[in-house]
Amino acid sequence: MQMHDLPDARGHFGPYGGVFVAETLMAALDELRREYEAAREDPDFQAEFHHELRHYVGRPSPIYHARRWSEKLGGAQIYLKREDLNHTGAHKINNTIGQALLARRMGKKRVIAETGAGQHGVASATVAARYGMECVVYMGAEDIKRQSPNVYRMKLLGATVVGVESGSKTLKDALNEAMRDWVTNVESTFYILGTAAGPHPYPMLVRDFQCVIGEECKAQMNEMLGRQPDAVIACVGGGSNAIGIFHPYIPVEGVRLIGVEAGGEGVATGRHAAPLSAGTPGVLHGFRSYLMQDANGQIIETHSVSAGLDYPGVGPEHSWLKDSGRAEYVAINDDEALRAFHDLCRFEGIIPALESSHALAHAAKIAPTLDKDRILLVNLSGRGDKDINTVARLSGIEL
Amino acid sequence: MSRIAATFAALKAAHRKALIPFITAGDPVPGQTVPLMHALVAGGADIIELGVPFSDPMADGPTIQRASERALKHGVGLRDVLAMTAEFRKTNTATPVVLMGYANPIEAMGWEAFCAAAREAGVDGVLTVDYPPEEAADFAAQCAAAGLDNIYLLAPTTPPARLAAITRQARGFVYYVSLKGVTGAANLDLAEVAERVGMIRAESGLPVGVGFGIRDAETARQVAAVADAVVIGSRIVQEIEQSTDAARLDNVRLFLAGVRAALDA
Ligand SMILES: Cc1ncc(COP(=O)(O)O)c(C=O)c1O
Repeated sequence: MQMHDLPDARGHFGPYGGVFVAETLMAALDELRREYEAAREDPDFQAEFHHELRHYVGRPSPIYHARRWSEKLGGAQIYLKREDLNHTGAHKINNTIGQALLARRMGKKRVIAETGAGQHGVASATVAARYGMECVVYMGAEDIKRQSPNVYRMKLLGATVVGVESGSKTLKDALNEAMRDWVTNVESTFYILGTAAGPHPYPMLVRDFQCVIGEECKAQMNEMLGRQPDAVIACVGGGSNAIGIFHPYIPVEGVRLIGVEAGGEGVATGRHAAPLSAGTPGVLHGFRSYLMQDANGQIIETHSVSAGLDYPGVGPEHSWLKDSGRAEYVAINDDEALRAFHDLCRFEGIIPALESSHALAHAAKIAPTLDKDRILLVNLSGRGDKDINTVARLSGIEL
Repeated sequence: MSRIAATFAALKAAHRKALIPFITAGDPVPGQTVPLMHALVAGGADIIELGVPFSDPMADGPTIQRASERALKHGVGLRDVLAMTAEFRKTNTATPVVLMGYANPIEAMGWEAFCAAAREAGVDGVLTVDYPPEEAADFAAQCAAAGLDNIYLLAPTTPPARLAAITRQARGFVYYVSLKGVTGAANLDLAEVAERVGMIRAESGLPVGVGFGIRDAETARQVAAVADAVVIGSRIVQEIEQSTDAARLDNVRLFLAGVRAALDA
């Protein structure tokens, strides 16, 4: 089996992935898998998905040469895949359209979602409005505080936002609560999972919907430059924007794949969200993968300036890509990400999401070590409007 | 014969139903777990389900979530739960103990080390919410080799063919989850439970336990009329949560004794 043909029939990427859920959900996941496998082969479904991406999301998103910033860094040329220009401002909408179309195909009129930064919540509320579905979004109480503009956006779009007070009150707890809702309302409800994680078939179907990013890049790079990049760089929370741009490049030789995790206050301090850099394999949220855990197997609280990367696990395909050596994973600290955030604002007139700023910061770190004819393609997964309160506060300014 | 099989055999001979209370180990403090286990036995428990605290209890409602959080404040981990079981075994060698929890604490310890230590501690069965049979075949084999019964859950949503297949590989007893939802919910449908238990019985002679959503003696009695065992969790954890330190053991024992009396009536 080729590396890019994974997962196997039960959702395994080598030792990772799988279906680790309560029995009540097994039938629903099986139904989802069957429905998705049929939809994937159905030309009408694919045509509608791509029609929506084009006319509602505004795809293809452009690739932009960050020329001034590259010059300032004095090395490799940095190109940005502009997922920030998508409707709703991030890559998340690619996935929510795909899943909402699946929900409609399955006759489900109620959708639920978990969200950290609020981007996936907004993208879910958006498609629920677009297709006339009821939408409930679970969001950690801590994240509701730091991402208040997105909470209001979801409400404007007609969604109900439920604050989650259990555990660390962040993304992982929102995911627990969404799963509890799903167990209770499994027959009426479609769970729109926001990243390439969770039980099979989610990591596979989220990846497939996000692969439009990497597929476009291959065609656009070829058209613009007649060649492919030397490295593709993306931030990794649960791993959906990264797997979306990496996956089409897995079989392409000579293209390095670099995933950037949230180093928080520094991996050595333990206050971070970098399971691939500093975690060990385990089972959480329905799949086996690298996790941040203590010696008892309890999940450790994560820390990152960016709510969207504040997750103690990572999609199983990334664990597999790490072990196989096809992709490399590094961590970028809060302060490095913030520096890249400000640089992109000042040198390119683009306000990036704090999540994406981690990928930008790693590009900025390695660009000066490379020749000027080298090309780094960074997935600019989202725009930073949602983050301006956080950034202002860190600069000592109250908006 | 395993302790679980012996317990069900003796109950059957006496035409009685098994009462299986659940508590979370380490709730509210680690020192009360073994005394609570003895209080459960004094109140009429036939088997004890001992919850292993986990940071992300996805299948649990708020009551058992809070129990987990209280135990975790005291740093209670799987090894501590095994030590508590060993302590309980010093004075009780008859009542089976089934650990109930999530996969990751077992993953972190390692299957082999866990099975050996669980056997050593006097554990009889293991019920892992997020190890469905598809992912648990090797784990179940290691459990069996160590003399532990790996207990599977069946749900209202389990399709008939799957229900039959899981029942045929079950050991110890079959645990039927009586509702679509998390622990402590209150939407149990007795007619559906009866029908499902009948389907399970058609596949296997193993005892059938029913749990989730049983909150009072009357419901326990109705469920016991169609099943071999009733599991009561959130309601007992609530008793633990709401009792003063001085009254806790008595309150738990008396609550359980009330259920016992209804089952035996
Ligand atoms: C803009 C943006 N990028 C990245 C992420 C991280 O998610 P993932 O790793 O699934 O792409 C998020 C999550 O909220 C996000 O909003």
